[in-house]
Amino acid sequence: MSNLSDIFKNHKAFIPFVVADDPDFDTTVKNIIALAKGGADIVEVGIPFSDPIADGPVIQSADLRAFAAGVRTETVFEIVDAARKQTDVPIVFLTYLNVVFKYGYDAFCQRCQQSGVAGLVIPDMPYESRDEILPAATQAGIDIIPLITPTSGHRIEKIARAASGFIYVVSSLGITGERNEFFTGLKDLVANIRQYTDVPTAIGFGVHTPDQAKTMAGIADGVIIGSAIVDIVAKEKQNAPQAIETFTKSVRTAVDASQGARV
Amino acid sequence: MTKLKAEAQKTRAGIYAGTYGGQYIPETLMTELEKVDHAFHTLKDDPAFKAELHDLLVNYANRPSLLYYAKNMTKDLGGAKIYLKREDLNHTGAHKINNVIGQALLAKHLGKKRLIAETGAGQHGVATATIAALFGMECEIFMGKEDTDRQKLNVYRMELLGAKVHPVTTGSMVLKDAINAALQEWATRSEDTFYVMGSAVGPYPFPEIVKHFQSVISKESKAQLKAKENTLPDMVVACVGGGSNAIGSFADYIDDPSVRLVGVEAAGKGVNTDQTAATIERGSVGIFHGMKSLFLQNEDGQINPVYSISAGLDYPGVGPEHAALAKEGHAQYVGITDDESVQAFEYIAKQEGIVAAIESCHAIAYVEKIAPTMRKDQIIVCTLSGRGDKDVASIAKYKGVDIDE
Ligand SMILES: Cc1ncc(COP(=O)(O)O)c(C=O)c1O
Repeated sequence: MSNLSDIFKNHKAFIPFVVADDPDFDTTVKNIIALAKGGADIVEVGIPFSDPIADGPVIQSADLRAFAAGVRTETVFEIVDAARKQTDVPIVFLTYLNVVFKYGYDAFCQRCQQSGVAGLVIPDMPYESRDEILPAATQAGIDIIPLITPTSGHRIEKIARAASGFIYVVSSLGITGERNEFFTGLKDLVANIRQYTDVPTAIGFGVHTPDQAKTMAGIADGVIIGSAIVDIVAKEKQNAPQAIETFTKSVRTAVDASQGARV
Repeated sequence: MTKLKAEAQKTRAGIYAGTYGGQYIPETLMTELEKVDHAFHTLKDDPAFKAELHDLLVNYANRPSLLYYAKNMTKDLGGAKIYLKREDLNHTGAHKINNVIGQALLAKHLGKKRLIAETGAGQHGVATATIAALFGMECEIFMGKEDTDRQKLNVYRMELLGAKVHPVTTGSMVLKDAINAALQEWATRSEDTFYVMGSAVGPYPFPEIVKHFQSVISKESKAQLKAKENTLPDMVVACVGGGSNAIGSFADYIDDPSVRLVGVEAAGKGVNTDQTAATIERGSVGIFHGMKSLFLQNEDGQINPVYSISAGLDYPGVGPEHAALAKEGHAQYVGITDDESVQAFEYIAKQEGIVAAIESCHAIAYVEKIAPTMRKDQIIVCTLSGRGDKDVASIAKYKGVDIDE
């Protein structure tokens, strides 16, 4: 197990997301460093997949830009290694199971350990399918970050009880992308999860403004912002690091203003 | 108990078909999949449900389909006796309706008001739109933009039936991308919506559900051949896209060791080219579209763009039970190219007066090759999965013939 959970102590966590190799290697390295400087608690790095079925158009396009840059799975590890020379910000990967499966569960988890990647978010690996990767992850001290959604219902208990690192609470049904409306029962959903576990929760999917981040951080222990940052990268390209650092600072301030951090 | 039966029972328990199958799908859909699983397993042997299904198959879909003795082909090829299982004569013109009726009944019992589906050639979309019309349900179909272009007739047919057709413009804009889009739509709206999976693919329990409802093909063919010839076939041949008509054609023969089962994949420009959809011959184990199975992919696990002249076979994966059958040697899988299938399209039209779907013509092309090598007292049952009206325009184009569409 990693020490991801500790990050959520005494303050609300902010977890931004970028796609690796979008638009190129150096920019991604700088983006990770900029996110850390701007005040990210954990940086979530996406390993591109040809068919990202949980992702909306913004992240799909980022994956395509990364493929155009020639991204390989190994490239992503090299990006993290390069960033590691300048930052020790905790990093988790978001990718699809086939990418990990093809690399080999053991080899992948060991490579994560080597690069200091603390956790894996795999949207197409539900609770029932995690057993095949769990031994490799445990061995390497890597958390499998589970997702809990507004439709999880009776499944929440078993997912929450088995969780480590943090729990990714999906804010709304469907796919990633900026949204202005969220599932109205998020407070109850988080309360329900907390019945079964002390593992911290972070809300993501669709959150894109500092104000929304503040609200979500008020409900859960942290907030994840993906598409909004990827969108900045799309617009700013090589100038993205400066722009996302500014954005991250504004979200940091907003998140810090929300009350009720765990102790 | 054979090894395969043991594997199959594990699938039934909702775990894994050994190496293949499983449930690799976003959490958002898991509760819904549990509901589908429960509904299927409680209803499939329920007498009232079975009666309802049977009534629709007989009185609406025109079952049983004929087992037709292809006298001219048999004579011309000079080897095994050839029987064609005529799924092309079903209402809507393909085997797809068997599965759609079954799943739409499940949807009805689950209280769903809306059906969504992916489609490649458009046959599954047409079947789903048809049953949605019959049941008074809403219907939305996801179809790759490439396929809406090459199967225009079926797009119009679906719209005529009251469905909304969404051309999918992501990825390579074919069947795989249509499944992605349909899964995304289902994850967004499952409350009132049932995803009618069109082939024996996807997360458990879909491969099992599709097999169950398509098994009517082999149940009938076995009884029909027994009545005509009082024997089992020596070989059963069917084309394989995701594998629904093939698994349905094989199902009742899987435990008959004397029956050779042959699945015919689309080799596109050739099994050894990059422009192919021959998943079993060229693919490797991977996890995609909810299942562990064989996929055409690169060494990083990125799914490859695939190619076939046939929109219905243009898929980078295959149903998990076919991957298992191939591995265990219970079935054999071969590739047929675009050229060979187009030749078969013309051959069966001229020999038997049947315009067959280009998908089915892949199976026919294999029969043309294998029948002459077999004895005259041997029997092949080949599934004609669909009729070919939808393909006439694109085959004409392939042949360089200019017809006004
Ligand atoms: C006529 C016909 N045959 C075969 C197929 C391939 O599907 P499957 O392998 O699921 O039978 C299709 C799919 O669209 C089809 O329309």
